[in-house]
Amino acid sequence: MQFDSLTEFLNMGGHGIYVWLAYGATLLTLMVSYVSVTRASARMRRELRISARSEQNESITREDTNRL
Amino acid sequence: MGALKEFWHKLGSPRWFFQISSGWVTGFGWAAGLLIATGVVWGLGFAPEDYQQGNSVRIMYVHVPAAMVSQSVYMGMGVAGLVLFVWKMKLADVAIAACLPFGMVLTALALFSGGVWGKPTWGTWWDWDARTVSTLVLLFLFIGIYALREAIEDEEIRGRASALVAMVGTINIPIIKYSVEWWNTLHQSASFTLTEKPAMPPEMYLPLLVMVLGMYCFAGHNILSRMRLEVLRRERRTQWVRTMFTEDNAV
Repeated sequence: MQFDSLTEFLNMGGHGIYVWLAYGATLLTLMVSYVSVTRASARMRRELRISARSEQNESITREDTNRL
Repeated sequence: MGALKEFWHKLGSPRWFFQISSGWVTGFGWAAGLLIATGVVWGLGFAPEDYQQGNSVRIMYVHVPAAMVSQSVYMGMGVAGLVLFVWKMKLADVAIAACLPFGMVLTALALFSGGVWGKPTWGTWWDWDARTVSTLVLLFLFIGIYALREAIEDEEIRGRASALVAMVGTINIPIIKYSVEWWNTLHQSASFTLTEKPAMPPEMYLPLLVMVLGMYCFAGHNILSRMRLEVLRRERRTQWVRTMFTEDNAV
């Protein structure tokens, strides 16, 4: 470890603001990229499951009506 | 040759891609998480400070990977553009669309972290430095192609137009790379080359290498995930997507 205390670590020898801004922006970029694609995929899968299920139900009802 | 031809043929099938890429996404995701977590802890807490720059040198561990990978993402998009243009492969159009969002934010991150590094090191947030300006051009290329795709309704014209701009824009990549040699710039010369030992000590280039690899894996995860999402969206009416989601074990 290059630092003796947490204050020193946060201060980064006076360059804390720059270092933390750069790392913060990186974290934000990666998080947003990850969350946006994961959420969109989950939403798409949910939609596809729902439409597949309703289609299945439709075909079952059609069969029942035919039998009657 | 036969196997290669078969692989090429299969690549044209979105269904085949969707099935095979599931494991790649998981692999890239875990690798990215582990490598980036290691690299961040290493770079922030354990790598030595620079004798001239002090602790602001730690910005290198996020700035260099962002810049390198954003250029690679663009190159990948240029290659996809060529494939789409010449062979009209559908999956190449999917790839172009998937590269855009991540390429864009990563280039923006490279510029932002560069400014934040430049302030304590060069005394300015922004300078009309050759490498900085060519990276700004890279950002405009990403934004431009994105806007182009949003503007064109017809799928075929949209694909061909964006493929063409993506290909032409690859000229900018060697310009970014050699800018530090062709012009007198504030940027230092290349951090990594395949032929020479890095100018940095291993305590610095090892964490940098870990971060660069981590960023590549993250890009792999993100772009492949987006491609899979786009494949589902485009193929939602086809039989294979429908059956996949009717079965209980839908992935």
